[in-house]
Amino acid sequence: MTHIRNFISENYLFGQADEIQDDDSFLETGILDSTGVLQLVDFLEQTYGITVENDEVTPENLDSIAKIAAYLQRKMDRQRNSRLGALEATGSRA
Amino acid sequence: MSAGAQVIPDILRLDAARETERIEAEMRDIVFHRLRRKGAVVGVSGGIDSSVVAFLCARAFGPERVLLLFMPEADSSPESLRLGKLVASCLKVRSVVEDVGPLLEAARCYERRDQAVRMVIPEYGGSDKCKIVLPNLLEHERYAIFSVVAQSADGRIRRERLSAPAYLGVVAATNFKQRARKMMEYYYADLLQYAVAGTPNRLEYDQGFFVKNGDGAADFKPIAHLYKSQVYQLAEYLGVPEEIRMRPPTTDTYSLEQSQEEFYFTLPLEKMDLCLYGKTNGIQAEEIAPLAGMTEAEVERVYNMIDAKRRMARYLHSEPLLVEPLEQE
Repeated sequence: MTHIRNFISENYLFGQADEIQDDDSFLETGILDSTGVLQLVDFLEQTYGITVENDEVTPENLDSIAKIAAYLQRKMDRQRNSRLGALEATGSRA
Repeated sequence: MSAGAQVIPDILRLDAARETERIEAEMRDIVFHRLRRKGAVVGVSGGIDSSVVAFLCARAFGPERVLLLFMPEADSSPESLRLGKLVASCLKVRSVVEDVGPLLEAARCYERRDQAVRMVIPEYGGSDKCKIVLPNLLEHERYAIFSVVAQSADGRIRRERLSAPAYLGVVAATNFKQRARKMMEYYYADLLQYAVAGTPNRLEYDQGFFVKNGDGAADFKPIAHLYKSQVYQLAEYLGVPEEIRMRPPTTDTYSLEQSQEEFYFTLPLEKMDLCLYGKTNGIQAEEIAPLAGMTEAEVERVYNMIDAKRRMARYLHSEPLLVEPLEQE
């Protein structure tokens, strides 16, 4: 969560991180506009090695620091499970 | 949107004759008395808004005090120039064609835009066409993020979500177009001691659908208080040619034709009009929904979009800010 908070703070709050709580909505507070969302998606993809699909670019996933953290957790769990599944499939063929 | 066939909701109906008279009186006061200019320059795109402004200027100032400018560039539709000339011939006003293409080439507008597109579509070629589009924002709660649609020379279409640098690169390069045109309008305004007429309607003005120091710059904006459907009512009253009134609104900015809905408003303009009216006048979404043929949840989503766009538009509307205000008479 610290990485995400730092990204938001440096890019949109210009260092005043105490202005936002983990559950504050970016939309309601007006912190992020559509360009900001694109920058956030680029940051998540580059920092965490994930691919954010078009239908995942929603307020449900990205509208607060807490929501982004939860989305990232789900995403990384899914990636780990699919890697494990692929390994098991390889093992059973061997 | 089939503009000419659009149904005007009762709440947006106006008395076109009275409104025209009121606007013309204001325009004369602004241009002759407050700005002390001798007439008006209007950049005409062949669309409904600039045509209505041209008609209003000719009536308010007299045809001999109006200059229409047509400013095509490499991506302009030839239709725009033809319809612009139609306006000039209807009004019997002077007009000039200024091709801003070479200016844009010199600024490397097209090259910079193509480089930005290639960030997400590496094989994008110089002769390919493109536009940027928004997703449908009504069906689900989602962000207004742009994709680029590219068409190759053999007609193949590819659509990719833009990264932030690619989006900013495309927009920054494309904004040269509106700024080059405005520079030309002010050349003629200086030459003739005229004022520059801005042509935004209320949706565009309110929601920031303009380029700062580009089409957003003007000395007066005579239809900025009118909803789009009201502009159509005035157009009919003023006798704007039917061909122009029936033409679907387009941005005429990208090489692939792009409707205003897919670039900015994401829903038909008549519905956007009603939602903006409802939002501006504090009308509950449940009252606007049946008028607009939308669900209450959809209207709520549009209300939220309007708020978000208004926040983004603050920067566009902002004048240069001073550290210390200066006292001026």
